[in-house]
Amino acid sequence: MELASRYRNEGADELVFYDITASPEGRSVDRRWVQRVARVLDIPFCVAGGIRSVADAEAVLNAGAEKISVNSPALADPGLIDALSRRFGSQCVVVGIDSRLTGQGYRAFQFTGDPGRTRESGRDVLEWVREAQQRGAGEIVLNCMGSDGVRRGYDIEQLHAVRQVCQVPLVASGGAGEIAHFAAVFTEAGADAALAASVFHSGAITIPELKRELRSAGIEVRL
Amino acid sequence: MEAVIIDSGGANLASLQYAFERQGARTRVSADAQEIAAAPRVVLPGVGCAADAMERLRRSGLARLLPSLTQPVLGICLGMQLLFERSAEGATECLGVLPGEVRRLSAAPGRPVPHMGWNQLGPSRADPLLAGLEPGAYFYFVHGYAVPAGELTVAPVEYGEALSAVVRWRNFWGVQFHPERSAASGARLLGNFLTL
Repeated sequence: MELASRYRNEGADELVFYDITASPEGRSVDRRWVQRVARVLDIPFCVAGGIRSVADAEAVLNAGAEKISVNSPALADPGLIDALSRRFGSQCVVVGIDSRLTGQGYRAFQFTGDPGRTRESGRDVLEWVREAQQRGAGEIVLNCMGSDGVRRGYDIEQLHAVRQVCQVPLVASGGAGEIAHFAAVFTEAGADAALAASVFHSGAITIPELKRELRSAGIEVRL
Repeated sequence: MEAVIIDSGGANLASLQYAFERQGARTRVSADAQEIAAAPRVVLPGVGCAADAMERLRRSGLARLLPSLTQPVLGICLGMQLLFERSAEGATECLGVLPGEVRRLSAAPGRPVPHMGWNQLGPSRADPLLAGLEPGAYFYFVHGYAVPAGELTVAPVEYGEALSAVVRWRNFWGVQFHPERSAASGARLLGNFLTL
């Protein structure tokens, strides 16, 4: 809660809450907690974690979330994307994808919140991005597992490849370590937004300085 | 009680209620025609698709009531679109309070659809709903359909073309963005609505 308020005050454009162990543990994100955040937060926020049905999604949206993000459950049951977008509109249905380069190209992984249960889903990422959009996804968050947590920059090559098949907003995730990484993901990969966690949590980069530098690099940001 | 939020069956009315709560205003969520008719202000929200929302408004009889309201009415996002004559989303006949049609946005390189994100309003006409907002204030948009800028437009937003971000006719206002998710500028706008 403190972090949420702090980021809002520093000028974050959107907050994303991932309960990454919800899916591997077979449960859904805590709605009372979503409600507490929604009461104080006046910027968009997206909630992810074990949303497996229209009813799960409805409870999270009714608690005050703006969007819901589905990842492992959508891989298990792609029809979930159709059902959610028919019921709530595609603008609030985000499909998150955990992706890594393998011998067979970029592949989507499931249950990445638990290293012991993480498994390759059998799906090609570019195909999955196309299918998710056809089914009604309104936004794709691509988390490049190979660059996640190592702070050496977003996976520009992979994001660029996904951009070519993605007509809905594309959010880059995984790898932000310095301000130049954010600039590159906009100018080189053509992402619509950049997501980061550890560099903000640790204070390595502050949002106001990041936004000032992006603007002086000619990238439109809200100040 | 300062405003009634129309329960059109969609989810996510909580974030709007919380936004009014942060303004110190009490709201009620209602689908009751009498309660809505008697409210000092009425908010028509909307998450979902036009055809479903209109179907629910027709079934509850609110589709006939809404055009006759005389107190300040604020349509938000889909709620604003429903005030127009018809929507390309599912070829839906809407409330017809405002003349004009809702069109689908077309995607282009660098301009994905749905349009999602923070955008600045273009030059606006003086209107009490926008009182105290700086020129070029940022608001948060999430939509795949829009009304082109026209005579009723109080403030446009540029997304490939000039779209209606804020519209007004008599006691009816509509905003394409989400004031409840637009930080300080959204709070200001909702505060202004509560003084109308």
